[in-house]
Amino acid sequence: MQPKMILALALSGICVAGCATRPSDSEAERAVAEIAVAEMIEASFKTRGQAAIDRLKQDDAQALCSRHSGELPKGASEGIEKAQQATIRYPSSGKLMGDWREGERIAQSGAGKQFTDAPTRPAGGSCYNCHQISKQELSFGTIGPSLYQFGRQRGASEAIQKYTYGKIYNSEAFTACSNMPRFGYNGVLTEEQITHLVALLLDPDSPVNK
Amino acid sequence: MRIDRVLAGVLVAMLPCLSPAQQDTLKEIDRYRQLLQESNPAELYEARGEELWKTRRGPKNASLERCDLGLGPGVVKGAYVRLPRHFGDTDRVQDAESRLVTCMVTLQGFTLEEAKRNPFSGTGVPMITTDPFSGVGQRSVMTDLIAWIASQSRGMTIAPPMSHPKERLAYQAGERLFYYRAGPYDFGCVTCHGEEGKRIRLQNLPKMTNAKDAQRAFGTWPGYRVSEGELRSMQWRMWECVRQMRFPELEFASDASIALITYLAKQAEGGTFDAPAIKR
Repeated sequence: MQPKMILALALSGICVAGCATRPSDSEAERAVAEIAVAEMIEASFKTRGQAAIDRLKQDDAQALCSRHSGELPKGASEGIEKAQQATIRYPSSGKLMGDWREGERIAQSGAGKQFTDAPTRPAGGSCYNCHQISKQELSFGTIGPSLYQFGRQRGASEAIQKYTYGKIYNSEAFTACSNMPRFGYNGVLTEEQITHLVALLLDPDSPVNK
Repeated sequence: MRIDRVLAGVLVAMLPCLSPAQQDTLKEIDRYRQLLQESNPAELYEARGEELWKTRRGPKNASLERCDLGLGPGVVKGAYVRLPRHFGDTDRVQDAESRLVTCMVTLQGFTLEEAKRNPFSGTGVPMITTDPFSGVGQRSVMTDLIAWIASQSRGMTIAPPMSHPKERLAYQAGERLFYYRAGPYDFGCVTCHGEEGKRIRLQNLPKMTNAKDAQRAFGTWPGYRVSEGELRSMQWRMWECVRQMRFPELEFASDASIALITYLAKQAEGGTFDAPAIKR
């Protein structure tokens, strides 16, 4: 990219952002830092395995969430959520609940999309990395809320199934700048895999709801 | 050297003995870490690093004893806690590892590529040949040197300089990179390190905008990782986090890696440096 173009991009970003954060930096300093970051994104990373350099190109939601450190200006959250809502694709079969046993396997697996992962191997959901899910698994993370008893508290109506599927497919359709990956939208999990996770959370027979 | 491998094996074998109940498990892990501190295999890396510092190597058959880590040629004591910093000769902000690359090139005559790869290792089949870090059967000169250099700042206060405009710029760029979300998982550093008291599985995560957390995190790298049986550096920590973020590969000693380390060092300012440490 030409330096002039980068500068223009950086300045436009500043105007959009209004830059409420980081009061210690002057506007000129911020512009220079934006250019430096753009150059680093270009020069400091390299394609390896399936992780190609173009993964660093941000979509609108990623760019907005990065710029505002997750704290969006008024109205921006609704904008992101509406746009992301429109991306959700439901299975053509209409069946949203799969097999909770498969779901448990997917929830356990943290594999997928790293440059050390075989691209042919299906990705897991890394769910336990961040959530408590079944009572039996003690090794769970806490970045996300506990999902234990998720279905028991909500039931398994069609509306709840649709919400649960949508949330896994594209978390930002419900919470802009969520920490949770947009598993369906980004092609990490297949529609079928997501239905298995829906079953893990909602099926009355799943250990989640015992 | 076999002692470190054997020791690591024994320690890993001990892991399943931990209590299954979770609160107890966490307490046990803490106690276990304290026990480990008393016999840290990092000392073996430090000893090799000190030897390497004085050894004549490379096309120029020179040692690193005149390498300037920021406090003047050959001064190692206290250098690590005052890095990253701007260097006049390269006109770059450099961390300890990228500065060592410069010294290997200018003093010893290695090419930049040789200094940045891991061509100086002993025999054995490397796990990933292109990585600048040590692996099974592969010894990294860089890792050994970094262990020793870091050890010469143990007990000192983390105090990265911030007076040069390029140091300030590296910090500001590092801060932006910390919040940069991208890739198929939408991750950024902030995803895991933006809130207090969070975990991935059972692993506690430092919140890097919290001084106490940042001081503990920055102050304990390099560290000997029991799970890998290897000593790992700060550059490795960045490289590995970025891999798990599903980003493309962060290049060793690149400007982005240095900017991130500068940001973290500044967040950790005022903390006591206690590395090389021992880690899970």
